[in-house]
Amino acid sequence: MKLCRSMLYIPGDSPGMIQHAPVFGADSILLDLEDAVALTEKDAARKMVACYLQDYDFKDLIVTVRVNGADTEFFDYDLKEIIPCSPAAIRIPKCNGPADVLAADKKIEEIEKANSIPVGKVKIHAMIETAVGVENAFFIASACPRVQALTLGGQDLTADMGVQKTKEGWELFYARSRVVVAARAACVDVYDTVWADISDKEGLLKECRSIVGLGFTGKAAIHPDQIETIHQAFMPDEKEFRKAIRIMEAAENAKKEGKGVISVDGKMVDAPVVARARHLLELADLYGFERSGS
Amino acid sequence: MGILILLKTASAGTLESSDCLVTVSPAEKLKLEYKGANSEVFAERTMALVENVSKRYSLSGAEISIQDQGALEITIKARLETALMRAVKGVTKE
Repeated sequence: MKLCRSMLYIPGDSPGMIQHAPVFGADSILLDLEDAVALTEKDAARKMVACYLQDYDFKDLIVTVRVNGADTEFFDYDLKEIIPCSPAAIRIPKCNGPADVLAADKKIEEIEKANSIPVGKVKIHAMIETAVGVENAFFIASACPRVQALTLGGQDLTADMGVQKTKEGWELFYARSRVVVAARAACVDVYDTVWADISDKEGLLKECRSIVGLGFTGKAAIHPDQIETIHQAFMPDEKEFRKAIRIMEAAENAKKEGKGVISVDGKMVDAPVVARARHLLELADLYGFERSGS
Repeated sequence: MGILILLKTASAGTLESSDCLVTVSPAEKLKLEYKGANSEVFAERTMALVENVSKRYSLSGAEISIQDQGALEITIKARLETALMRAVKGVTKE
């Protein structure tokens, strides 16, 4: 699967932004039917997103759709109209436990079958944005194979916690750590919440570096200007990149020679280190790193 | 699918750039008023689109007004379908 460092929110009722999505440079976009759309325009946004999913060439962008929550009157309408258009994934707000995911999974499966779409094709990105959701994160992530990612919703979570969302982000430290570990344990991707201050790129970069360090695989953006900064934070360090090349070369040689244990730069290298090196090289490819001359 | 009969006037869309404002009203026959900076260039395309959507929905008749602000065909289609759904409120007649 293509690596996805950035996920740009685009209001589902904004055709001007949707049609320009491929030029913003994001790895993926999230067409939003929920918070970005006024209550009176839910039907219009749903139709707009469906029409673009059916007929528009988004190039190599991964296109996901955030539907309205299962506790709203719009949820079933959203699924009924959007699933037949086969987006890469549906982002489901406020997943509090595995039951929420399984209920959505069942509905999506019914629609897939009715529309001759392979069952399981449309993935679920489960939003964790309540305290109970954080505590149930692993069970949500592992509820069914359709779950492809956990995503942290910082605004709603801090509201649920009764605390202010700050730029320092300490109020989210536990939730971020817990959600990352849950996602990693369930072998799914994990996306961080948005950075709300569009003008503060320095703050965004600092937060991005922090969440990269925690283990997030990507971060949501609310403005195209944020994408470059997010990608900057995910860029591998040159020294780490060279080391990853040496690890992969050593691993390949060991495989050819039938050796089970290898060492690089005098240190033992095992399977997780090789996997990490492989991931780092995939990431480096996105930045055009030259592999020769290591 | 039954015939789609409009019950009231309804609109969808905006006058923002790359969007369009579509208004549909009940009428016996299909009539299109298409306005915009490039309406002459895209008149045929838009008429074909309207006819296509009307046929697909088995629309009995409608007076359709489109103010085009540089919208792609996909956008016009989405706005037209939304306006039609708003004008019928799900009522169809066999």
